[in-house]
Amino acid sequence: MGNTLALYFRKKKRDRQIAWKKMKMYKSCYLFIAPFLLCFLVFMILPIAISLVLSFTYYNILEPPRFIGLTNYVNLLLADDVFITAAKNTFVFAGIIGPVGYLLSFVFAWLINELPRYLRAIAVVVFYAPAISGAAFNVWSIILASDSNGFLNSIMIAIGQEPQLWLSNPKYMTMFVIIVSLWMSLGTGFLAFVAGLQGIDRSQYEAAYVDGIKNRFQELWYITLPNMKPMLVFGAITAIAGAFNVSDIPEALCGNPSTDYAVHTVVTHLKDYGSVRFEMGYASAIATILFLAMILCNKLVMAILNRVGRKKKRQTILLRAENRKGEKR
Amino acid sequence: MKKIIRHRQPNRSFGGDIGVYIILIIAGAFMILPLLLVVSNAFKPMDELMKFPQEFIVHHPTLKNFADLFGFLGQSWVPFSRYLFNTLFITVAATVGQLIIGSMGGYVLAKYDFPGSKKIFSLIVTALMFNGYVISIPVYLIVVKLNWVDTYLAPIIPFFASTLGIFLMKQFMEGIPDSLLEAAKIDGAKEWGIFTKIVMPNVKPAWLTCIIMSVQALWGNPQSTYLYSEELKTLPYALSQVAAGGIARRGAAAAVQLVMMIVPIGVFIFSQSNILETMANSGIKD
Repeated sequence: MGNTLALYFRKKKRDRQIAWKKMKMYKSCYLFIAPFLLCFLVFMILPIAISLVLSFTYYNILEPPRFIGLTNYVNLLLADDVFITAAKNTFVFAGIIGPVGYLLSFVFAWLINELPRYLRAIAVVVFYAPAISGAAFNVWSIILASDSNGFLNSIMIAIGQEPQLWLSNPKYMTMFVIIVSLWMSLGTGFLAFVAGLQGIDRSQYEAAYVDGIKNRFQELWYITLPNMKPMLVFGAITAIAGAFNVSDIPEALCGNPSTDYAVHTVVTHLKDYGSVRFEMGYASAIATILFLAMILCNKLVMAILNRVGRKKKRQTILLRAENRKGEKR
Repeated sequence: MKKIIRHRQPNRSFGGDIGVYIILIIAGAFMILPLLLVVSNAFKPMDELMKFPQEFIVHHPTLKNFADLFGFLGQSWVPFSRYLFNTLFITVAATVGQLIIGSMGGYVLAKYDFPGSKKIFSLIVTALMFNGYVISIPVYLIVVKLNWVDTYLAPIIPFFASTLGIFLMKQFMEGIPDSLLEAAKIDGAKEWGIFTKIVMPNVKPAWLTCIIMSVQALWGNPQSTYLYSEELKTLPYALSQVAAGGIARRGAAAAVQLVMMIVPIGVFIFSQSNILETMANSGIKD
């Protein structure tokens, strides 16, 4: 027994020595990446850790943090009605803006790819422009304004309908926040899709044509999508980031707090407690929950994307086999 | 007619093509019309901005809004050029720093399989999701502890931690053939020499893309969380102050929107092909 243990430890030590030698061999690699790692640790990893620790305390910046255990989480989940509303709204926004924005990015990138070259360049600018135009989405608050400046209401009056309080009536607010968010959702992921579609080898399509693919939808399903999988993963990550960070648009359109908290999101709630009420412990608890939700969502999406890719591969193989059978006959 | 059909790609029907154009024109109009309204508003004289019902097209275009905007900026006790300098300085310093740090890290992640490289990369990919507010409070506390509040360091250094730059660099650098690097090594080049003389000149499209992505993130950011002295404040902050002046400044506010919007869109138009070349490598394989 003692012998085996000694052997085990000797092996461990040897492994460590080998690892250390290896690391020494790659010394210059570590030097190259050190500046980034340092910044990354201090301004990305450390903040996440601090946020986690602070979420168990009462901290208002003036007094030192005081440990209060799970109180923040208990209050957040059981006593804070506004948080429950915010969580519901975030769930709705993320559930619609994430997948729909992702799908739209891909569909438009795919349609644009059908255009001739110069038209394509123009179309990419047209579709990508809202995402990079910064605060230009404020123009929607003019379009939807409920006073005499509102475009939509002028149209409503012109066609003989009752003008509405688009941005302060909870019946319409969610809808317009989603519309404006989708308007801005063709961002980095969209660019990756456009670039990825251009990079697919043309000869694959020609081969598929010979193999009996009949229309553009079959092309999309059997060739384009399997080829695009790496881009689809990248696009999914940016889509998740976009879907959970909804807060600027509802704030700009409907104000903070909005009527009946109809478009209050977890991030707006976080900003409210973090930069207005200075309850940093409570705000950190909100951040931690948001953080967990993002990680969970990421894992879920990756699992789904993995399965989609595999299924398609099988189908392509099946298709090829069928074609071969056809040839033999 | 026959000729057209012969020149068409396989697997494309006429009806389908017409459908593609119709969908793209309708959706494109939805995307671009609000932005055109920003442009048209910026040139509207006051009476047209206040008109009821509002009209989309400007009838008597004027540059008065821009003149007003610079007039208001000229009145502030910190000169306009100072705001512009602050924004330019923060944008340039943060962009250059991130570019250098990101390409150094991206290079070794792409070309060497050193212990821990896989873990570091998967952390970077996960962190791509966390831009924004999730960590804003602790980052602020760290900046306070470092005594960086109200200095240029506060908006610049934390920006170096953003991961999109290093991610795109790494993906793009994987396309550089290993034989090129080995040849340089045989010729006696040191690691740093290979990086500066061979790798960097070969990834120009990726530089441009990283520059544009960070300019987009920085240009419109008022940075009001960290900068409190008036002489350190940025152009977007000054512009938003002008725009917040109520009805009398509605014209100037419309001009502000156009100024803030036109820079990132203009930069994108000029560098589109480079950006697309970089994004073609952005895919994540397992």
